[in-house]
Amino acid sequence: MQWVPEFLQLFWSTLFDVVPIAGIIFGFQFLVIRKPVKNLKKVLIGMFYVLLGITLFLLGLEQALFPMGRMMAEQLTNPDFLNSVRLTTGALQWQDYYWVYIFAFAIGISTALAEPSLIAVAIKANEVSAGAIGVWGLRLAVALGSAVGISLGTYRIVTGVPIHYFIIAGYVIVIIQTFYAPKAIVPLAFDSGGVTTSTVTVPLVAALGLGLAETVPDRSALIDGFGLISFACLFPIISVMGYAQLSEWQVKKSK
Amino acid sequence: MMGSVRDLAPIIIVIGFFQLFVLQQPLENIASLISGVFFVILGLTFFIYGLEMGLFPIGESMAHAFAQKGSVFWLLAFSFALGFGTTVAEPALIAVADEAAKVAARAGHIGSDIAAMNSYSTGLRFTVALSVGVAIVVGVLRILLNWPIHLMIMIGYVLVIIMTGFAPEEIIGIAYDSGGVTTSTITVPLVTALGIGLASSIAGRNPMLDGFGLIAFASLLPIIFVLGYGMIV
Repeated sequence: MQWVPEFLQLFWSTLFDVVPIAGIIFGFQFLVIRKPVKNLKKVLIGMFYVLLGITLFLLGLEQALFPMGRMMAEQLTNPDFLNSVRLTTGALQWQDYYWVYIFAFAIGISTALAEPSLIAVAIKANEVSAGAIGVWGLRLAVALGSAVGISLGTYRIVTGVPIHYFIIAGYVIVIIQTFYAPKAIVPLAFDSGGVTTSTVTVPLVAALGLGLAETVPDRSALIDGFGLISFACLFPIISVMGYAQLSEWQVKKSK
Repeated sequence: MMGSVRDLAPIIIVIGFFQLFVLQQPLENIASLISGVFFVILGLTFFIYGLEMGLFPIGESMAHAFAQKGSVFWLLAFSFALGFGTTVAEPALIAVADEAAKVAARAGHIGSDIAAMNSYSTGLRFTVALSVGVAIVVGVLRILLNWPIHLMIMIGYVLVIIMTGFAPEEIIGIAYDSGGVTTSTITVPLVTALGIGLASSIAGRNPMLDGFGLIAFASLLPIIFVLGYGMIV
């Protein structure tokens, strides 16, 4: 029961974070819209669940996911481990970190598939497009983009190439794709960049980046540790537009 | 509950595989790991349940109410407040801002006392929250006035590229990341409901073409604002 005081402290601080949202919603509801809230009791219970959920989430995060992610990153980049699986001789080369890239890819796919906000957007997109966009097709396209992005991001931390080269190159690809992709997919594709990196992905991926930057020689955690999340945001835009272009191309070919 | 377990299962499989077969090491503190994962699953379950029960329906009904009322000022005020309010409370943003403060303190960028770290992470949180508020306003204006989304996003990208050249190097990674951190579980359903609700209430708008895109602005503007914050501070 040692987590009880920590739970109460987190609950108290989360209460102060949820109060503004409740204030905005009820303030506008009563002062501007001036209509009674339907199912007020149910809404209030729902808000209490949100508060409780955030508290438990933060508690579990600090207890398991953050230390676990950091521990894995440290162990996978530990010189003893790297020397036991290395491919080259002499000083460590970027290829010797291959398990890190594989881990980044696997964690990218599995966390993106677990993101509740991506599931919500995929269901909405399926509904709005009258079934033209499959829930699983979109989720897989986004997860693949996220996985490729995060593994490229770890490669960047290992090699130390400045982050903006990758981001600018990614932006140029997105801009070119925007002109050729089917018009209806463009807003959804831009949105899917943001939804990949949610409650589950951010803590794990941020910990991986910071842990990696701390253990790879000559890297600064402040400069190199951040940036993985932006890779996970950028590449799904490319993969979702690519997915739409591929399906359009297949339809054209079969005609 | 089962949904949350299924959603988290791939992550647990990946981590378990790497720990046991690649690293070939036992899990340390297995009891606290298991209870932590249990708390995360329970927390997510309550969170999503509460969102669908409380926040989601009220957000959706308010989008329709504003569209019927026809007051642009109050709609924009609500959009700003929604973007700002949901972001300030975002657990993922709180977590990353705290990590950023720890790293900044270790690097000697700010003082390593708790007061300096708290003010750094709070400053970062408020900058990001402000930018998300502005982003939702811009996105809602786009739906109302039918501005072309791809041109707006491209202008944003060009701004990011130009500002990257002038911003201090330490802030670049944090700025790029803050774009993704903002748009989390609490923001996405509310903001998506707002956009699709508006696009389906206004004549001549297509929910597919016009309803999406709010989150895109909410992930782009924080990058610009945090880069600007880094250039000023």
